[in-house]
Amino acid sequence: MPPRPETPPAATDVRRFGPVQRWVHRATAALMGVCVATAACLYVPQLAQLVGRRALVVTVHEWSGLALPLPVLAGLASRALRADLGRLNRFGPHDRTWLRAALRRDRRPGSRPAGKFNAGQKLYAAWIAGATLVMLGTGLLMWFTRLTPLVWRTSATFVHDWLALTIGIVLAGHIGMALADPEARRGLRTGRVGTAWAEREHPLWRPGPPPHPDGPARPRAGSGRAARAAGRTGPAK
Amino acid sequence: MNPQQPPEDAESPDGTDTRGKPVGRRVLLGTLGLGALGVAGAPTLQRGLESFLAGAAGKDPTGLTGLLPNGGGFRYYSVTSSVPRKNADTYRLTVDGLVDRPAAYTLAELRALPQTRMVRDVQCVTGWRVPRTPFEGVRLSRLLDAAGVRPGAGAVRFTCFDGAYSESLTLDQARRADVLVALRMRDEDLGHAHGGPARLYVAPMYFYKSAKWLSGITVTEDVEPGYWEERGYDIDAWVGRSNGRDDAPTT
Repeated sequence: MPPRPETPPAATDVRRFGPVQRWVHRATAALMGVCVATAACLYVPQLAQLVGRRALVVTVHEWSGLALPLPVLAGLASRALRADLGRLNRFGPHDRTWLRAALRRDRRPGSRPAGKFNAGQKLYAAWIAGATLVMLGTGLLMWFTRLTPLVWRTSATFVHDWLALTIGIVLAGHIGMALADPEARRGLRTGRVGTAWAEREHPLWRPGPPPHPDGPARPRAGSGRAARAAGRTGPAK
Repeated sequence: MNPQQPPEDAESPDGTDTRGKPVGRRVLLGTLGLGALGVAGAPTLQRGLESFLAGAAGKDPTGLTGLLPNGGGFRYYSVTSSVPRKNADTYRLTVDGLVDRPAAYTLAELRALPQTRMVRDVQCVTGWRVPRTPFEGVRLSRLLDAAGVRPGAGAVRFTCFDGAYSESLTLDQARRADVLVALRMRDEDLGHAHGGPARLYVAPMYFYKSAKWLSGITVTEDVEPGYWEERGYDIDAWVGRSNGRDDAPTT
């Protein structure tokens, strides 16, 4: 990515992620990237032929896979990250509305109410976490073959292979959506997003107070829209 | 972080974000459960998928089914970064060790010997299987007999011109009629990617025994573990009776 001049936080910016969330995302993405790249070199014949060095590639794949959950686990020490995990976990009535709109391919922002994370992001986060753990478990069965009944290895390989393919497709979707949304990428790069973007994409999200305590007071992003959306979807439980 | 800045979760309680059903946790646990279920049901699922994909691969002009797990076709495995290429001029296969008449065969000399053609399934220890693959070449027992194995010999060690790979068989295994120095595969000369110009072909065993890029045959007293066997794979690698697998035997 070309270096961009770091513009000072504009008055229309809101804070979306702290350094912990950004670094956890970066480290996880890097490890996942290594896992996917080495997997491709083990699996796709043309790449396997190009790269060879099978024992080395296997070792890199195993250790990057083992390390994949560590950034999130380390990040649990941060209250901000735990708060975001809590937001990802909880689904309100507006998330159902968002999912229905997504299934209808209804792209109007008004029909897709979302808090800090939309329902799609919540589903993705939960699924990719579960899938990573399944990959870790089946990977360990394939790695330490002598620890388990031997027939398990074939079964673990089967699940590992097919789930890898599924993760590859889902991950491509995740990256594709990020590429299509520069402001969302800026949020993870700098921690800040524009107010207009936040109000459009995450109308129910109420960001924290502005980072400059002595800055001009402004109305909370999207509060008006949040009220309207809540009215439409019924009271939050 | 600016210490004067209030922590992020000091923001006003956000009803839409922090309350609601813990669907995320359920999705995560559900994914884990499905994974466990997949492992438990894998033998059944795998048989079904294999037969379906084998049918689909026959009608697939793009070859994309070959990239799916268990989609059929060979996979290229090499343990080194690059493998030198050998042709009819540069290739030599040496036979030495506990033999009376050490030898070095050129490709032409190997081709001049009686050829045996076999059509069997190929089974890799990582799971893929390629049905009914013709291999053609010289019986290993013929080369051993020509060299004159000395008394006291009990095993054969194989080395490869990729510079790293090795394999071993007991002498009894090596003398089996379904063990070849293969020069042709699928009725074509063996290409580089498949271990050409000559590779070992041990029909009844997992395919890692069928060392690619074969360059040396050494008769020894005892079996020395090969490359993958040093890394945990079985030395006696009978298909369906080793490495914890229950694949259908290939012979």
